[in-house]
Amino acid sequence: MAIEVRIPTILRTYTGGAKAVEGSGATLDELLTNLDTAHGGLRERLVDGEKLRRFVNVYLNDEDVRFLGGLETPVKDGDTVTVLPAVAGGSR
Amino acid sequence: MLTISRDLHDKIIEHARKDHPDEACGVIAGPVGSDEPVRFIPMQNAERSPTFYRFDSLEQLRVWREMDDNDEDAVVIYHSHTATAAYPSRTDISYASEPQAHYVLVSTRDDSATEFRSYRIVDGDVTEEPVTVTE
Repeated sequence: MAIEVRIPTILRTYTGGAKAVEGSGATLDELLTNLDTAHGGLRERLVDGEKLRRFVNVYLNDEDVRFLGGLETPVKDGDTVTVLPAVAGGSR
Repeated sequence: MLTISRDLHDKIIEHARKDHPDEACGVIAGPVGSDEPVRFIPMQNAERSPTFYRFDSLEQLRVWREMDDNDEDAVVIYHSHTATAAYPSRTDISYASEPQAHYVLVSTRDDSATEFRSYRIVDGDVTEEPVTVTE
């Protein structure tokens, strides 16, 4: 079972420079735990305790997982998960 | 050093003035590795706030995919401060996540003049850089 996960520039230190890696799992949560075995530390950049970090965008195919099931979002073979750090800031 | 055309420089300022008093934000894409801003991409500020900005997540996906398809990078990421100086704030620094980008800050706090400054923000370090505007 292979799910492609596209990795943004700043997280490629965890993947040896690779722009995309593969993993498996039935939910996003399982997928991230699975990826962490090959790319230690990656999960913690995306997950804080039991939830996805606020300023990281995770997409399943063309949708933002915030509008699906967050970490519980089901994933399957052939899906593409994309990670993009949010672009944000402010006066403070 | 940021080298940017007069046209793109003015488009950033015009966007900031138009959205004032909300913060304006956007990207200028350029060929990967060229460090040359070419394609102006104003973005929605999904926060619509005078003190915070954030790219809409689906719009960001669309733009980032487009840049990838075009072999482009985000050469400039710009936003405006509407009541404070054109200097990166603590949140600007902590959320900066495109190490190759020139972070342009514009301030619209003064009606008669718009500040336009550029910075590199890498691993939490901020370095101001000179801006060369080409005619």
